[in-house]
Amino acid sequence: MDHDHKDEKTYLFDNPRNVSRLLLGFYIICAVLFIADFIVHRHTVHPWEGLPGFYAIYGFVACVVLVLIAKEMRKVFMRKEDYYDVDE
Amino acid sequence: MWMSNLPPFIPFFIAALLVLVTRGHVRNAILLATPLLGGLHLWLDVQPHVPMVATDSLVTASNLSFNVSMFAYQLEFMRVDKLSLLFGYLFHIATFIAVIFALHVRDTTQQVAALLYAGSALGAVFAGDLISLFMFWEGLALSSVFLIWARRSERSINTGIRYLIFQVMSGVLLLAGALMYYQQTGSTAFNYIGIESTAGMLILLAFGIKSAFPMLHGWLTDAYPESTPTGTVFLSAFTTKVAVYALARGFAGTEILVYIGAIMTCFPIFYAVIENDLRRVLAYSMINQVGFMVCGIGIGTALALNGAVAHAFNDVIFKGLLFMTMGAVLHRVGNINGSDLGGLYKSMPKTTVLCIVGASSISAFPLFSGFVSKSMVMAAMLEEGYDYLWLMLLFASAGVFHHAGIKIPYFTFFHHDSGIRTKEAPTNMLIAMSIAAALCIFIGTQPQYLYALLPWHVDYWPYDVTHVLAQLQVLFFSALAFVWLNKRGLYPPELHSVNIDFEWFYRKLLPASGRAGFGLMQAINNTSSRFVLGSWRCFQSLFQASRFSQYHLASSWPTGSMVLWIGVILGGYLIANAWFGG
Repeated sequence: MDHDHKDEKTYLFDNPRNVSRLLLGFYIICAVLFIADFIVHRHTVHPWEGLPGFYAIYGFVACVVLVLIAKEMRKVFMRKEDYYDVDE
Repeated sequence: MWMSNLPPFIPFFIAALLVLVTRGHVRNAILLATPLLGGLHLWLDVQPHVPMVATDSLVTASNLSFNVSMFAYQLEFMRVDKLSLLFGYLFHIATFIAVIFALHVRDTTQQVAALLYAGSALGAVFAGDLISLFMFWEGLALSSVFLIWARRSERSINTGIRYLIFQVMSGVLLLAGALMYYQQTGSTAFNYIGIESTAGMLILLAFGIKSAFPMLHGWLTDAYPESTPTGTVFLSAFTTKVAVYALARGFAGTEILVYIGAIMTCFPIFYAVIENDLRRVLAYSMINQVGFMVCGIGIGTALALNGAVAHAFNDVIFKGLLFMTMGAVLHRVGNINGSDLGGLYKSMPKTTVLCIVGASSISAFPLFSGFVSKSMVMAAMLEEGYDYLWLMLLFASAGVFHHAGIKIPYFTFFHHDSGIRTKEAPTNMLIAMSIAAALCIFIGTQPQYLYALLPWHVDYWPYDVTHVLAQLQVLFFSALAFVWLNKRGLYPPELHSVNIDFEWFYRKLLPASGRAGFGLMQAINNTSSRFVLGSWRCFQSLFQASRFSQYHLASSWPTGSMVLWIGVILGGYLIANAWFGG
């Protein structure tokens, strides 16, 4: 492989339009799945499962909460890479 | 092929010896043939004598046995039922794939250790009594530590020592519990134990260490990322799964496990989001996955137990696949920090695709293996009424997708272009990863074959509209959260860092308090000796200054002459005693 950096091959996601296309397709699927909740009857066991869009909202909120808490955790738990190496 | 009551660990141990003395193609042939032939033999020749009964309890039955007497104990090396066979097949498959992945490794230590490790795992799952379980339990520890030390970095040496301490501690607890159990019940048979007795609690603790229970999990996140690219693949396959098997055998239905399992699914995902070393992210992910299994074992119904062991089966394969992709990247790039990677899809497209397959499996994407097993545990939880814990597990499932399903492939292969260009993974690695990926897809699309191997009666089918729709919603909206957080700039960047976990207590606090304690003792020693000596000198100078010091006896005498005079007096006394007494 002797690619010069000048005429470096362009890859799939180097093209921003491809990234946009991917995201667009993704948003469409999300919308379809959310709407499907109102059309398809889901057979429920847990009392909360019956709420419309339960799984979608739970998934979204759970991940946001997860990431935000994890960010806060960093303030307490993060250390330099050699934190444990110093004494050994 | 060979006699059907030969315990499966024996061919592996023999192969390990052969690998020690061979090189090159002969060695590779032995490495490949052992799990292949062993697995085929197990599949074709070894059957449980009595089919499993459709109740919650296991029927231990076989006309095969391989018993050995040691001291007063009867060791049973070949106890065959559907539960041990399932894990037996699993370990042969895992070894075969891992051996292909590691075929290029020239390091004899690693190859021998790997076979001994796999052999010990097989020995453990077919062990019918607690003493032989103990032997293989320690075998697992002693062989796997060499896979950690194989990296030969200073960090890995220290990590290996800590790892060994934990694992051996687990073995000692197991032995203590086993002997107590023998004393209480008169038998060392390894069946349902339960936590009603102290022996049971000790044994649960022993199993818990190897399953990475909360606060006992430090060794896993510490040691697995420090091993070689190929070593970690072996490590991920055996220790924790033997522990899961042992829990399923000895503690099925023990309710506390449901709570322990739920905690295990939740806490690692927070660490996984902020961790930089991507193999450490996977190590945390392992605790999360084992948590689902432990939950299932705790629930104890046929559906839950089936789900737990089915998930163990799938986990070895997709976790192995993920560790293999990360191992391949580490092998080629020399770095596995999320902060330093990115854009690798350009150089390693096949590895990227294989990683995505693994990521989809671990996230329980429909059509992949994780979906058909994890949903069993979730369904069982709802059936038994654990509503709040079910929400925790659902949270954990969304979290898994986030850190393993998205973060791992994204930060390694996409994100921004780090400028790293390298070669695609070597052929043997690609083959190994492809086999694992194919299995993930096969099991995911044709779950009935896996279900047929499950120990308890299966009355479950994962593919109905409700489950698929619900799962897709969770996954896609978790992904949406990722996209949204990134677009808003809220997503934490990958940073060169470590995050302290429970191990801080014994890696920082304990040595630091030890040093502080030692320092304190030295200070006390110094102060008190200064005090005593000072007082003595003070007294001496007072005495010298007083009128008593003029007298002859008040002067200080050399110790030697004092001893001499004592000797003289004593001798005189003895002589006088002999003369006048006798």
